[in-house]
Amino acid sequence: MNIHEYQAKAVLSKYGVAVPKGKVADTPAEAETIAEEFGTAVVVKAQIHAGGRGKGGGVKFAKTPAEAREYAKQIIGMTLVTHQTGPQGKKVKRVLVEQAGRIKRELYLGMVIDRGLSRVVMMASTEGGMEIETVAAKTPEKILKEWVDPAVGLMPFQARKLAFGLGIPGELTGKTVKFMTGLYKAFVDTDCSLAEINPLVLTEDGDIVALDAKMNFDGNGLFRHKDIEVLRDFDEEDPTETEASRFGLSYISLDGDIGCMVNGAGLAMATMDMIKHCGGNPANFLDVGGGASAEQVTNAFRLILSDAKVKAILVNIFGGIMRCDIIAEGVVAAAKTLGLSVPLVVRLEGTNVEKGKEILAAAKLNIIPAADMGDAAKKVVQAAAGRAN
Amino acid sequence: MSIFINRDTKVLVQGITGSVGAFHTKQMLEYGTKIVGGVTPGKAGSRIEGVPVFNSVYDAVKATGANASVVYVPPGFAADAICEAFDAGLDIVICITEGIPILDMVKAKRFMDGKKTRLVGPNCPGVITPGECKIGIMPGYIHKPGTIGIVSKSGTLTYEAVHQVTSIGMGQSTCIGIGGDPINGTNFIDVLSAFQADPKTEAVIMIGEIGGTAEEEAAAFVKAKMTKPVVGFVAGQTAPKGKRMGHAGAIISGGKGTAAEKIEAFRAAGISVSETPSDMGKTLARRLGLKVK
Repeated sequence: MNIHEYQAKAVLSKYGVAVPKGKVADTPAEAETIAEEFGTAVVVKAQIHAGGRGKGGGVKFAKTPAEAREYAKQIIGMTLVTHQTGPQGKKVKRVLVEQAGRIKRELYLGMVIDRGLSRVVMMASTEGGMEIETVAAKTPEKILKEWVDPAVGLMPFQARKLAFGLGIPGELTGKTVKFMTGLYKAFVDTDCSLAEINPLVLTEDGDIVALDAKMNFDGNGLFRHKDIEVLRDFDEEDPTETEASRFGLSYISLDGDIGCMVNGAGLAMATMDMIKHCGGNPANFLDVGGGASAEQVTNAFRLILSDAKVKAILVNIFGGIMRCDIIAEGVVAAAKTLGLSVPLVVRLEGTNVEKGKEILAAAKLNIIPAADMGDAAKKVVQAAAGRAN
Repeated sequence: MSIFINRDTKVLVQGITGSVGAFHTKQMLEYGTKIVGGVTPGKAGSRIEGVPVFNSVYDAVKATGANASVVYVPPGFAADAICEAFDAGLDIVICITEGIPILDMVKAKRFMDGKKTRLVGPNCPGVITPGECKIGIMPGYIHKPGTIGIVSKSGTLTYEAVHQVTSIGMGQSTCIGIGGDPINGTNFIDVLSAFQADPKTEAVIMIGEIGGTAEEEAAAFVKAKMTKPVVGFVAGQTAPKGKRMGHAGAIISGGKGTAAEKIEAFRAAGISVSETPSDMGKTLARRLGLKVK
C-alpha cells in the first residue's frame, strides 16, 4: 500500500526524522493562509501517488502568500501526467505547502528489503534527485549500502559510515545518525516494504531534512497497523482492483480484451503468457486462489464482466483440493445469474474433472470446452477475434 | 530414494485444530503420510482425526519422535511457529501459510541462522514424494512415483507440470514448492543440489517466475554443478512492470526480475526452456530423447 508524501512525512517525523515545516491545503485559500502563517517563501506540492511531479508542473516555488494561492489554484484539480502516472495522469485533490529552505546539497537515502540476504538494507547516494534505478544501472559504485541485523537494528556506526561516505560534514554527523536510525525505526515499526527520501537535503542553515518522502507498506503487515491502514487513498487505486481485494481475489487490470480467471498466481501468469503466445492479449490477471470457492468464482466473473473491453473469457482451473465439479457449478451459476454476453472457454483439470465437464455440458450454455492450456488459449483468442471455432 | 521426505518421515501438524490444518491432516493421513502429532498451544490432550494434540513442538517431539512439521498457523503467528520448530531441532519444517509479514520473516531468518533445520516455504504447496509421503496441500492422486524431480515457486503451476510429466508416461521422485514469497527458506539451488545427489532422480523440471534473481542464481548453479538434464519454464513473460502478480515476490521492479532475463540465463546454462506452460512435458520428453506424440 502507498501513501501520500504529506502522510509519509507525518509518520516519519514521529520517529525523529527531520522534515520541513508544512501543512496540507485542500483549497487555494487554505494554501494562502498556511503561507501567511509561515511568513516565508513556500513550496506548493501536488499530492498524488507518483514521482516526477516537478517536471509535470505539480511543484511550484511561491515567494508570497498570494503566489501560493495562485499556484494552489493551478495545481488542485489539474490532471498531472508524469512518467509514473501513465498517459491518463492523475487528478490532484490537495497540495502540501512547505516552508522553503535554502538547499546546499541533494542526496539520496532509501530502505528496502534485500531478498537475497533476507535483510533490510539502507542505501545512500550522492546523486540526490535522480532515480536510484538509473544510478544503480550507470554508476553502481555511487550507491552505499548497509545491511541491518534485525536483532540489533541499524547501529549508529552504520549510519556514520553512510554519512562519511556521502561526505556529510562532521558537525552534522549527530543529526544524520538521528535521521537514519529514526528512518529505520519507522520502517520496521510500521511494516514498510520501501522508504525513500529523495532528495535528502543539507540546508544552508546546517540542517539535514527530508525534502521528499515516499513510503510503501507490506499489505501482509497492515492488520497490525490500523493507524497506517486509514491513510489508504482509494482514489489512487484502480476501483476494480480494490473491489477484488474485498473478495480475497488478486486482480490486476491490463490492456487486452481476453478476461482470465485462474487459480494460483503462477498458473495465472502462465495463462496470460499462453494467450499472448497464441496472438491474443489478456484484459486482466486474476487469481481466485489455490482453493477457490463457488462464491469467489461468481465474484470473479462479475469483475471480469465489468470491464467493457472484454470480448471473451478464459477460465483455467487446475482443481487440487478444490474440486472441479464445485468450480463447474460456480461457473454455471455465475453465467446464469450474470448473463453471459461473451464467449466463454473453460479448461478444467484435476480432482473430479469428469463430473465438472458433465455439469458444464448439461448446463446448455455457450461454453467452449478446452482439452489443455494450449487448446484453451487458442480457442479464446479465436473467440475474441470473433472467428468461428 | 527421494529428497527431503520419505515413508519414514514422522510429521507434526502445527495449527492442527484450525479448519485448514484439520482438513489437510485428514488428506495427508489418507495419502499415507505418518502424521504423529499436532500442535496448538492450549489444546493439549485433544485429538484431531485420531492424532494427539500437544501444547508445544517440544512436547510433541518428546512424545512422538517427530522429525518434521508442517505449518498451517495463521499469518500473524506463523513466523513464531517456524522458529519454535527450529528451536525443537526438527529436520524439516514446511510452511504452507500465505501472507506472513515480510519483516517477520526477516527476523525468523536471523533466528534460523546456524540451526540445522530446513525450512521449505512459506506460501508454498508443500513437498511430496509420490507413494511415500505428502506434506502440504497438493492433490496427492495426480502424482505418480518416478524419476523426475520438480521444483517450483508456484502451486497450481507445479500441478500442471506433474500432470504433464504423468501424461508422457513418467513419474516424479519428489516435488517441491519453494513458495512465491520474497523471503523463503529452501531455494532453487538447495533443491537442485539435492536432486543432483539423489540416485533416483533422473532429470529435473524447474519452474520460476518474475521477480528477484533466484532463477539466475539457479541457472549459474546448473551450469557449474549439474550433470542431470534440467527443463525450465518462467511464468510472467507478459507481466507489466511494477505490478505485483499475486505472489508477494512476483514483481518486476527497477527493470529487474523480468522473465526475458531469466529465460536468457536458463538457456545460457544449458537448461531446455519450455516456450509455453503447456509444453513442459513435451520439452522434457525431447530432452530425454523419448518419443511422444
